[in-house]
Amino acid sequence: MPAFVCCYIVVVAKTLIDKLWDEHLVADLGDGGSLLYIDRIFLHERTGSVALKELAAAGRRVRNPEQVFCTMDHIVDTFPGRGDTTRVPGGTDFITQTRAAARAAGITLFDIGGDDQGIVHVVSPEQGIALPGVSLVCPDSHTCTLGGLGALAWGIGSTEAEHALATKTLVVRKPRNMRVRFDGRLAPGVTAKDMILALIGAHTAGGGVGYAIEFAGEAVRSLPVEARLTLCNMGVEFGAWTVVVPPDDTTFEYVRGRPYAPRGETWDRAVERWRALRSDDDARFDAEISLDCAHLAPQVTWGTSPQHEAGIDGVVPDPAGQADANRRRSMERALEYMGLQPGTRLRGLPIQAAFIGSCTNSRLSDLRAAAAILQGRKVASGVRAICVPGSTRVKRAAEQEGIDRIFREAGFEWRESGCSMCFYAGGESFGFEERVVSSTNRNFENRQGPRTRTHLASPATVAASAIAGHLADVRQLAR
Amino acid sequence: MEKFTRITAVAAPLLRINIDTDAIIPSREMKTVGKTGLAAGLFANWRYRTPGSRDEAPDFVLNREPYRHARILLAGANFGCGSSREHAVWALHEWGIRAIIAPSFGAIFAGNCVRNGILPVVLDNAVVEDLARQVEGDASSPPLTVDLVERTVTAPDGARHAFAINDTDREMLLEGLDGIAHTLKRDDAILAFQAQDRLRRPWIYL
Repeated sequence: MPAFVCCYIVVVAKTLIDKLWDEHLVADLGDGGSLLYIDRIFLHERTGSVALKELAAAGRRVRNPEQVFCTMDHIVDTFPGRGDTTRVPGGTDFITQTRAAARAAGITLFDIGGDDQGIVHVVSPEQGIALPGVSLVCPDSHTCTLGGLGALAWGIGSTEAEHALATKTLVVRKPRNMRVRFDGRLAPGVTAKDMILALIGAHTAGGGVGYAIEFAGEAVRSLPVEARLTLCNMGVEFGAWTVVVPPDDTTFEYVRGRPYAPRGETWDRAVERWRALRSDDDARFDAEISLDCAHLAPQVTWGTSPQHEAGIDGVVPDPAGQADANRRRSMERALEYMGLQPGTRLRGLPIQAAFIGSCTNSRLSDLRAAAAILQGRKVASGVRAICVPGSTRVKRAAEQEGIDRIFREAGFEWRESGCSMCFYAGGESFGFEERVVSSTNRNFENRQGPRTRTHLASPATVAASAIAGHLADVRQLAR
Repeated sequence: MEKFTRITAVAAPLLRINIDTDAIIPSREMKTVGKTGLAAGLFANWRYRTPGSRDEAPDFVLNREPYRHARILLAGANFGCGSSREHAVWALHEWGIRAIIAPSFGAIFAGNCVRNGILPVVLDNAVVEDLARQVEGDASSPPLTVDLVERTVTAPDGARHAFAINDTDREMLLEGLDGIAHTLKRDDAILAFQAQDRLRRPWIYL
């Protein structure tokens, strides 16, 4: 009988998430647990303050302070001439204690009044702190935004932030792999915001729970980096542990030359390594879904969860048509909160306020898109309109282009950067039962003010609606 | 951290889906830089008649007997979605909640729970609804038992439902572990990784 000697070289095909995971694996803890190395940590004054304070109280130190950054965005006022005083009850303490703790810990602080202050997830890519392939955490749920650069970035709590600060690692269980393919090319007037809202609408706000998700497909590849950041920003609104877009030449061009990005020969080495950050052709995913983007209309939410959304040419749905009892009850409650009836056309719904800002949609390209709609037009009477640039750098760049003038002449307030009215923290808010069209990420009950009714949309749709005085289809205004 | 092993307690049903951490504690209720003084702000938008007031809304479940004494919460799918604010968990803990049973949880919220002595239990939606029916249907609101050692939930009718939890989280809760001290037992591995990685990816090291 012939003897066979077989030699197998098993090469396991990996997803992008697998590769990012393995690159940061310090130790396999068994039972699915991993000790992951954390390259960079970002903090802000709302939740980072507690982490720094508790860490110091426990007598522990920040292990690598040169890799830790902090900004003031959540509590700080956005009025011109602002300082440490804020309208948020107790807010000044968050600012002053964060500053003191940041100085004591020796971390880099992007402080109020500084050139580089801004919303954490706007500053992080702008500075080149978030890069392709880095692991980055922040005690803020929208940290997944940075997946738009090909970073493994996710939101954590304050206690986990303490752990990351003290040990440079986190104990994490690897989520399952999902790939979402966004097919086709977007029509004019349709944006990354519309893509992510449509995904959440189709697959619910819990559709991504338990998954790390790769966003792929032609529609994603053709997006500029800032739009990819928008797309990934709302990954958490889909329930994902995090989301990531494979980095490509578009990404590398965006990153090149940023203050904390590698330079010279190190840059070349980095790019070479970043080019391998893509799923192998035969990689297997635990789940795959796709979304047709070629026929997508601008989207807008009608309820109190991001999954309560529809095309701008659609109507408020009838809960009676929803077979799932839990979803039906959620829809009924949402319609009551929003003061809406089934069958009402979304286009034409009168609004009292319009807001452009937040870590979702406050970058220069967002402001340009809104300005293109606003130029030579006026905000409808009775509509309060506010624009809050995402960072001090974005604000200044916009002012150099004259974008601030377009906003102001149209009737928008033009603010200093910060999270501002994305959420109500006891300070500034929109009014009781006021209807707001907003470029932010959460339409939760009371999110933007007591009983305020939020409709999420893209900056272009917000601008078009502000002019019309009601929810509007930007495609009818585009020039 | 407080340990969790086993509790037998009143369970309050709050079966809405997608209850977000803004609802669990509104941002305006996070008034100081710290982990305490947050219980009064728990579910403030639902628990009180008007925002900012402390005038109880009598219909809200946690304002009703016997649920005022609940230590277990029965919730709808995707409980704790939204903002990463750990204040949501600190507020629940300070109010008295030690276990939450739901079909699914927001990922950051679930991670925050196990670091603060609250056990998040995942059970099928049908089971959670059945448990809710049992505690609501009897005026005495018979207690549930949640046992982390056995990994079971025992319903008032005696039915036992097994739940899954990974070893890391289970150990953390059973032992009340300090996560940082536990990880630093592997400090050699962390330092070795860092030394190698510095050569592999020098651009990471500023």
